[in-house]
Amino acid sequence: MEQPKTCVSIRHVSKSYKKHHVLQDINLDIFEGEIFGLLGPSGAGKTTLVKQLTGLDTPTSGESYVFQTKMPSLKLITSIGYMAQSDALYEDLSAKENLQFFSSLYGLKGEKQTRRIAEVMELVQLSGDLKRLVSNFSGGMKRRLSLAIALLHEPKILILDEPTVGIDPVLRKSIWEAFYKLKQNGTTIIVTTHVMDEAGKCDRLGLIRDGGLIAVGTPDELKEMSNTTTIEEAFLVYGGAKK
Amino acid sequence: MRVFALTQRILRQIVRDKRTMGLLIIAPILVLTMLHLVFNGGDYTPKIGFVDVPTTVVEQMNLEGADVTTYSDEKSAKADLANRMIDGYLTIANNAPAVVLEGSDPGVAGATMKWLQQAMPTGQENGHSPQLEIDYLHGSSDMGTFDYFGPVLLGFFVFFFVFLIAGVSFLRERTTGTLERLLASPLRKWEIVMGYVVGFGIFTMIQSAIIAAYAIYVLGMMMEGAFGYVLLITLLLALTALTLGILLSSFANNELQMMQFIPIIVVPQIFFSGLFNLDTISKWLSWVGPFTPLYYAADALRDIMVRGYGWGAIYMDIFALAGFSLLFISVNILALRKYRKI
Repeated sequence: MEQPKTCVSIRHVSKSYKKHHVLQDINLDIFEGEIFGLLGPSGAGKTTLVKQLTGLDTPTSGESYVFQTKMPSLKLITSIGYMAQSDALYEDLSAKENLQFFSSLYGLKGEKQTRRIAEVMELVQLSGDLKRLVSNFSGGMKRRLSLAIALLHEPKILILDEPTVGIDPVLRKSIWEAFYKLKQNGTTIIVTTHVMDEAGKCDRLGLIRDGGLIAVGTPDELKEMSNTTTIEEAFLVYGGAKK
Repeated sequence: MRVFALTQRILRQIVRDKRTMGLLIIAPILVLTMLHLVFNGGDYTPKIGFVDVPTTVVEQMNLEGADVTTYSDEKSAKADLANRMIDGYLTIANNAPAVVLEGSDPGVAGATMKWLQQAMPTGQENGHSPQLEIDYLHGSSDMGTFDYFGPVLLGFFVFFFVFLIAGVSFLRERTTGTLERLLASPLRKWEIVMGYVVGFGIFTMIQSAIIAAYAIYVLGMMMEGAFGYVLLITLLLALTALTLGILLSSFANNELQMMQFIPIIVVPQIFFSGLFNLDTISKWLSWVGPFTPLYYAADALRDIMVRGYGWGAIYMDIFALAGFSLLFISVNILALRKYRKI
């Protein structure tokens, strides 16, 4: 089996705000074309960690590389698709106007723009709601529109911060199917989540707690090594809880 | 082009929000109309009592423009004065005229005195005193308070509304997370600031053209200079308001906190805008004036509208306003580093 290519590498990354340590000496490699899940309770530092990769934040010490280029880099920003934890949408505009605006920021225009908008909206099953104002959308619909926006420019790496919060199980399944489809096309996907069953769907997982990465491996590896049957139990073992 | 995409989005948002757009155009028109009616509502007609004034004197007086009541004794005139039936009364004691005024409203007292001075017979019988001829370098005897206040108020409205709307709009961008989303895209920091400048710039051009045209052509505000210069100054003033609003919005956590800048940043500028005579402001405060954008805009607008001057008189004001804008734009770009280092 050929060695998978490294796509993201995080080297000794620490981040602290005044005396509060949010991230402590994180080392992590993520390979091309995998779905990597960052699992941890809220406040563990997941968002801070993925922000290092989007260029929105810089570490106090250490470096992070995307495609062997040190972040933050304006050139690389176009190969990253980012969906933040909060829906960053313009509520007074329609879904289509939001998509048009964000796609022109990435230089998409004319026919290509129209085609991409149709494709991503199909993927998140919102094709019928293009003309509606975002303020009339439900929470789940806003979440899906945010995802569609992150997909617009066909990024090589997709960074999704809690993408399925507030989305019902049926839709969550279809979104995960979309992730697998993107993965087949070679997209690397980094997802943060605090839902354990969702973590099981990732190729590999990073367990994160109190700003430290406590374990990395496939869901099966993690269960096997900790001698447990569920990821939740594995998380407790790695977190230092007594069995 | 990315700046254009941002501009288009901002204009779309403004047009979508009909109520705010209405406020930006209708509110200044409404206030200017009211001021016009208040200040140009005609001269005050003073009510004056004559106490035992000899008919020979009365005959020589020009009684036009006042309500005159005749009293036979001072006591009843005094009573009417206390009841505010008359604004003042005239008595002739020992051949010298004396006036008693009600005096609680300086404006009324002034109008009464002015009328009396004009009405009193000049000199005695031979009345040979030459008529004083008055010429105006600027303005005319028809020029009212509204004409003098007008240019300042025009500038003030543009500053006030653009400051607030742009500030709140950028604040929302920050609090809803869209600013972060913009910075996760290849958009450069200067492109964000320029997108705002161009988007609101276009809107302000339309807004100030409508307001200025209404004030000048409908309300008949004095206009000696070129309309184009008025637009240029209001546009530059709007840009300083816009960039200052964006800058200060980063110190506010919500819309209410943005409002709190009005009494601190916007209202004090009125005092240095020339609405009140700058020479009479306390020395220890007057130095503030040159640091306020409205000071330059009001000066330039008055030069154009009242004095009919052109480029030669206003270019320093234009440089000052452009300087403020450039300063605020640069600080804004630097301030965005907080969200993305590159």
